[in-house]
Amino acid sequence: MSAVTAILNDETKKVLIAPLVNDNPITLQVLGICSALAVTSQMSTSLIMALALTLVTAFSSAAISAIRNHIPSSIRIIVQMTIIASLVIVVDQLLKAFAYDVSKQLSVFVGLIITNCIVMGRAEGYAMKNPPLESFMDGIGNGLGYSLILVIVAFFRETLGSGKLLGIEVFKLTKDGGWYDPNGLMLLPPSAFFIIGLIIWSVRQWKPEQNEKVEFKILAIAHGEGGHH
Amino acid sequence: MLKCEQFNKICVALDNCEHYQKFKVYRDKVLALGNDSLEKTIAIAVALCLVCAVLVSFSAVALKSLQVHNKELDMKQNILDVAGLLQEGVDIDTDFAEKIEAKIVNLETGDYVEDMNVAEYDQRKAAKDPALSVAIPKDKDIAHIRVKAKYAKVYLVKESGAIKSIILPVNGYGLWSTLYGFLSLDPDGQTVQSINFYDQQETPGLGGEVVNPKWRELWKGKKVYAETNQPSAEKGLIESAEMGEPALALIKGVVDNTKPGSQYQVDGLAGASLTSTGVTNLVRYWMSNEGFAPYLAKARTVKGVKS
Repeated sequence: MSAVTAILNDETKKVLIAPLVNDNPITLQVLGICSALAVTSQMSTSLIMALALTLVTAFSSAAISAIRNHIPSSIRIIVQMTIIASLVIVVDQLLKAFAYDVSKQLSVFVGLIITNCIVMGRAEGYAMKNPPLESFMDGIGNGLGYSLILVIVAFFRETLGSGKLLGIEVFKLTKDGGWYDPNGLMLLPPSAFFIIGLIIWSVRQWKPEQNEKVEFKILAIAHGEGGHH
Repeated sequence: MLKCEQFNKICVALDNCEHYQKFKVYRDKVLALGNDSLEKTIAIAVALCLVCAVLVSFSAVALKSLQVHNKELDMKQNILDVAGLLQEGVDIDTDFAEKIEAKIVNLETGDYVEDMNVAEYDQRKAAKDPALSVAIPKDKDIAHIRVKAKYAKVYLVKESGAIKSIILPVNGYGLWSTLYGFLSLDPDGQTVQSINFYDQQETPGLGGEVVNPKWRELWKGKKVYAETNQPSAEKGLIESAEMGEPALALIKGVVDNTKPGSQYQVDGLAGASLTSTGVTNLVRYWMSNEGFAPYLAKARTVKGVKS
C-alpha cells in the first residue's frame, strides 16, 4: 500500500514540477500563446489571468478525468469543451462578483480561456488517460508553468513599457520629469512575441535536450542544380 | 447535525421514490453500455448538459446581487471622482446619496423629465432600445456611435441649494473601443472641471492613458464653447469652431498656454492620435446641439457666452 502511495506521490510531483521548466506549456509545447500576448501588458491582469487559467485547467482536467471511462469517443471533444466552458463562465461570474475592476480590464480574455490551447491540450493529452488527482495536479502544474512565463513577460512589458510594476512607479518617466523614455512597442502585443522568443531561446540554451530534431535541412544547392538528389 | 439528519431524510425519501429507483436502474444500465453505443452517447450528452446548465445558472443567479452592486458602486465612484468629491475611507453609497442628485434630461428639448424613474433608468441600455433611442444622421455622427438614447441621465452636485457641478455622460469611438465617460462642468456650462472615462479598451499605456490622473488634471479650467471664432487647429486636423460652437479639442503635443485659443486645447495623448481624435469628437458631439447644448442653455445658472 505504501508503495502505491509512493508512486502516486512521485507521479503527482512529476506532473506538478515538470511543466514549470522541462515541459513548459508555452516554451516547450508552444500552447496558449494568444492570451500570453494579449494580457501581459500589465502585471495585475497577467496575475489574475494566470490564476483563472490555472483553476480552470485543474478543475476541468479533474472533472474530465473523473468521467473519462464513460465519455463516448464520438463526442469526446464536445464533452471536454462543455465542461471547460461551464467552468470558465463560473470563473467569469466570480471575478465580476469579487474582483470587479480586474474583470473589467480582462474583459473578453476570461471568456477566451475556453479556447486556450493549454486547457484543451491537457484535457485531451493527459486527463483522458489518467486518474482525477493526477489530472488535477497536472492542471495546476501546467497552469503554473503558464503563469511563470506570463509573469516574466509582464514584468518586462510593464516596466519597460510604462515604467511601472503592478501600477507602482519603478522608472520615472520623462513626461513626468524623470529620465526614462518608455518603449511604446512593449505595450503592443508583438513585443510579447519577442520576449517569449528570447525566453524559449534562453531555456533551450540552458537545457539543450529541449531542442527539436531538425526535420529537414535546406541544402546549399544553387539554382538549376535541383531535381537530382 | 441537523443538516446530516435532513440529508439522511432526503436519502430515505429518494430511496422510497419510485422514479428515483427507475432512474438508478436506467443509470446503471446506461453506464454498463459500450461507450460508443448511440444510447449512451445521447444519455451522456443530456446528463452533461444538465449538470453544466445547473452549475452555470446557479453561479449566475447566486452572484447576481453582488455583481449588480459592484457595478453600481463602480458607477457612483466614477461620478464622485469626476466631481472631485471622492474621498478615501468614506462609504461611497452614503456619500453619493448625500451629495449627488441624478436627473433625466430630454436631449431634444433640454428639459428635465420628471415622470421617469431616475434610479432605474439606464442610458446605455436605452441607447440599444429602439423605442428609447434615435439614430444619428451620418453627417452628424462625428463620435461614431450611430444611436443615442432620447433621454440622458445627468448628475448635479448641489451645495446649499446652488448647483456646483453639472456632470454629463459622454461616449464615442476611439481606436479599439467606444469610450464611456463623464464630463463635469462648472454651473456656467462652459468651464470644464474634470473628465473621467470609466469604460474603454484603448491600448494600455498609449490610448489607455485617458484614465491617467495627470492627463485628466489638464482638463481643469478648459472652456467648451468658443467665445470668439476659433480657427481650425493643426492644419485641418481639428475643425474650426464658430462663436458659440464647441471648440474644445485635443491637439498634437503640448498646449502652449501663451497662445490665444489655448483655453480650448488639451494635450493630445502621446502615441495615440486616433484615441485623441476620438476624444475630441466625442466631446464636440455631446456638447453640440445634438447633445447637451439645449440642456446647458437652460441649466446654466451662471449666464455666459451663449445666453
